[in-house]
Amino acid sequence: MLSPSNVRQLGLTGWRATERLFDSAFGSRLNPLRHLGAIGMLAFWLLAATGTVLYAVLDTSLAGAWKSIDGLEQLPLGTGRLLRGVHRYAADVLVIVMVLHLLREWLHGHALGFRRFSWLTGVVLIGFVFASAIGGFWLNWDALGQYSAIATAEWLDALPLLAVPVARNFLEAGAVSDRLFSLFIFVHIGVALLLMFALWFHIQRISRPAVLPPRPLAAGVVGVLALLALAWPITSHAPADPAVIAPVLRLDWILLFLHPLVDATSAAFVWALVAAVALLLGALPFLAQPARAPTAVVDPANCNGCRRCLADCPYAAISMLPHPARRIGRELAQVNTDLCAGCGICAGACPSSTPFRSMAQLVTGIDMPQLTISDLRGRLRRALAASSAEHPLVVFGCDHGARGPAPAADVSVFSLLCAGQLPPSFVEYALRDGAAGVVVTTCRENGCEFRLGERWTADRLHGVREPRLRAGVPAERLELVAAGPGDESLVAAAIERLRDRVRQPGSASLPRLRRWPGTTALTRHEQTHGKLT
Amino acid sequence: MTTAARSPDRLSPRAWAGQVLLYALFALVIAVFSHWPAYHPIAADQAVIKVSFTHAGKLVGDCQPLSEAERARLPPNMRTTMRCPRERSPVLVEVDVGGVNVLNRSAPPSGLSKDGASALYQRLVVPAGEQRIVVRFSDDVRARDKAEQREATVALAPGQVLVIDYDAEKGGITLQ
Repeated sequence: MLSPSNVRQLGLTGWRATERLFDSAFGSRLNPLRHLGAIGMLAFWLLAATGTVLYAVLDTSLAGAWKSIDGLEQLPLGTGRLLRGVHRYAADVLVIVMVLHLLREWLHGHALGFRRFSWLTGVVLIGFVFASAIGGFWLNWDALGQYSAIATAEWLDALPLLAVPVARNFLEAGAVSDRLFSLFIFVHIGVALLLMFALWFHIQRISRPAVLPPRPLAAGVVGVLALLALAWPITSHAPADPAVIAPVLRLDWILLFLHPLVDATSAAFVWALVAAVALLLGALPFLAQPARAPTAVVDPANCNGCRRCLADCPYAAISMLPHPARRIGRELAQVNTDLCAGCGICAGACPSSTPFRSMAQLVTGIDMPQLTISDLRGRLRRALAASSAEHPLVVFGCDHGARGPAPAADVSVFSLLCAGQLPPSFVEYALRDGAAGVVVTTCRENGCEFRLGERWTADRLHGVREPRLRAGVPAERLELVAAGPGDESLVAAAIERLRDRVRQPGSASLPRLRRWPGTTALTRHEQTHGKLT
Repeated sequence: MTTAARSPDRLSPRAWAGQVLLYALFALVIAVFSHWPAYHPIAADQAVIKVSFTHAGKLVGDCQPLSEAERARLPPNMRTTMRCPRERSPVLVEVDVGGVNVLNRSAPPSGLSKDGASALYQRLVVPAGEQRIVVRFSDDVRARDKAEQREATVALAPGQVLVIDYDAEKGGITLQ
């Protein structure tokens, strides 16, 4: 039997397959399905820009509105057509990507846990988007605008809110006045401003929010909208006349589908439907709560206030305080547990997370209680010491990416909360401790469960972001694989490539690790050749 | 370091073709559903009658004189000679089109004390063409048998909106 959880899992499988299809055309970095929120923001900025110009030419009066909008057609070089078309089609894009964004986040289970705030504020945005979009049709006081305004008024009148029905404002030609345009402008522009304010709330709990997609993708979207505007121009219906109902309307079904739905059913039914959808979306974060992941813990004695965790945290969960040691200028990281995703990216960023530190129990400035850096080092050392393979390989894999490779005698797999949890020095440490090669697997580009883990991991290993992998580490002994769920074959292929390379005679290697007093476990090298002093 | 499965710097011709196809599909979805299918709010042979009014019904009862004793119990500044009920009558409206009753509604007075105006808005879709319309309007709960009535034969063009309103200053029931 299909439970909601099974439905979500099935949907997620389908979504990932679609994403991979898009990856093959766009590459995962520019895959629009991985930038839905940013494309929505781009559509919003386009609406704001074109809307500002349109508002400048709009005559906000009963007699002048239609003429001023219709007059755009006369502007040279099709600029009026372009402005109007991009404005309308950007609204369509906004609604489409908003729905897809909602679906994607739900399928990935992002309505729950620490993301609840972003989910709930996103649900509120839906109402603002539709209110502003529908109100936009009224400003061009044509037959479609009149139909939409009256249909909206009749729908509102189904609620026992006002003593006098709103629809009476459109009863006859004499009832509609210039003053009504003030209301129209408030609905269209005022609500859009509220939308912008609500968007600010929506992205409050993430750092480095994508307010624009990557340039090539932005250019593609803008290009499509411009071509659409010119090839399929938006034109007005006949001027509004309350005494007549237009027999045929070129309805924008993406934005105005509620009106025909009311006509086909009833206002009460559509209100019930809207309330049910809003209730369901609002209740989703509360219906099932996964066990809260342990959050990052700061150790004041080992935190030097370097701010790398602050810079790398994808959810703005870290702030800096004056250090309790009261040394001038020294700070201490503080974790806001309500915001912390428990991804461990901060531990991977911490300079004190280097496994080369000569302490039996490695304590870092910031760490994850469920998988400490010290545990990871201990497991790595034990695995390498126990390996009898001639060319042992180490795989550091993200829990949310591709599943680990099939068991093999020469491969040791270490699971991480996120690839970003891996301090890059672990790669060098593994190589110096007997590993012949290291594979690091992340989620696909822009597909990181924790937004930035894949990006930071790649940057750190490429040496362009602190903490950097040291330049002396032989590049041929490292494979970085961006492999999401279902990409197990990519990981297997990377392991095979690395296996081939490390078996080549004369491939570069690093000097073996030197143990310091206080460390107890023997390295594989030490087991074979005796303990180093 | 070898980096696997990351976006290549240069896309293959096949990937470019895929992009063009997906962008075209996206544009097609927007272009089609922002215009098509054409929507017909009403059928080509139909017209609309909007019955709407905002009107304060008569008070539900007469004013009663207060006795001296009753007045004496009131604060000095409230010692009026009559006590009048605040509540107003619900307004009843009936509409027959072509001999068939298409609307029979009671609009309650607004306000917590039911002392405000009654209001109604009802859209009726009727066949276009010549129609005999009868409207009955009653705003007094004590004289329901004395409802105001207006009859008219109107030629409704397809898509035309006929408004039935009530305006005491214009003689009561109006058709426009």
